[in-house]
Amino acid sequence: MPLLAVVVLAVLTFAFRVTGPLLRDRVTVPPAAERLLSSAAAVLLVSLAATSALTSGHDFAGAARPAGVLVAGVLAARRVPFPVVVLTAAAVTALLRLAGLK
Amino acid sequence: MRKIWRTSDPGLLRDVGLVCLADGIVGVSFGATAVAGGLPWWVPIAMSLLVFAGGAQFAAVGVVLAGGSPVAAVAAGAVLNTRMFPYGLAVADVTSPSGGPGGGSSGGSAGGPGGGPGGGRWWLRLLGAHLVTDESVAFALRGDGPARRRAGFWTCGVALFAAWNVAVLLGVLAGAAVKNTAAFGLDATFPAVLLALALPTLADRRTREAAICGAAVAVALTPFLPAGLPVLAGLAGLAVCWRRSGVSRSELSRSEVSRSGGLG
Repeated sequence: MPLLAVVVLAVLTFAFRVTGPLLRDRVTVPPAAERLLSSAAAVLLVSLAATSALTSGHDFAGAARPAGVLVAGVLAARRVPFPVVVLTAAAVTALLRLAGLK
Repeated sequence: MRKIWRTSDPGLLRDVGLVCLADGIVGVSFGATAVAGGLPWWVPIAMSLLVFAGGAQFAAVGVVLAGGSPVAAVAAGAVLNTRMFPYGLAVADVTSPSGGPGGGSSGGSAGGPGGGPGGGRWWLRLLGAHLVTDESVAFALRGDGPARRRAGFWTCGVALFAAWNVAVLLGVLAGAAVKNTAAFGLDATFPAVLLALALPTLADRRTREAAICGAAVAVALTPFLPAGLPVLAGLAGLAVCWRRSGVSRSELSRSEVSRSGGLG
């Protein structure tokens, strides 16, 4: 992966980031649109969580990773501290793989 | 900046610390995965400083390690980061630490050193834009009132930038030593972090339904679309569920009021 690729990705990412704050100075966003944008962010987060939990490339990631994420999700919903949630995800996945699950 | 620390409550600092710790683990995982996969040591480090978006970094490196071209890697990362645009709009009022125009006043905390009441300095606005991430946006959105929103965004953004880059550096060092990162289940940490971050916003029923629809669409399309696109396609879930549950506006706003009262 050449340096140019990293720089191009960085420039594109910053362009996406800075457009909103720059537009905001000129455009007033109605409250309904703002609520929609907040929901859009939540939808993207969950979609990204689901795809990165369940898939690897174009294929199913195997049962170990989603199982670890599922246990972590239950803990998070029960307001268990963040580091415990994350370490549990890794630990459950690692143990299932140790037991022979893919 | 001092103004931001003054408005920070201990709960915010604790939660930001926990997020940094959690993302630190993800960062170690990223650095280790990249280097163990055969990339030069400087690639994950440069990406973390310049791109500073865990999902896109994982996606881009994943494409390269799976044999994809640099162009495909950049495309995957960039498409994934298009979500920064709605994020940027959602937090536009807080990306300037001294209060942006039209963003409302920051309450009684005026008079911070150097913090002009007007537009805020341009380079701070650019820096603030670079700190827009899933996490900093989540902290901004959960704060009530402009001052708390701004404190949440900047505290999380600055702390996370430091933690993420240190963690990736540690991961690069570890990756050179440990080859089989999958055995440690590190790949499960990233979705776990995202899920934990999204959970509080899912208390709203419409958002929850939209998110479930979106996730289903994204997962279903993953075998058929290039990396990064399925997540964007998940936004379709927003339209479908929003329409279905948006039957009565007054009914919805009433239920929202009662719900926000119950959250306490």
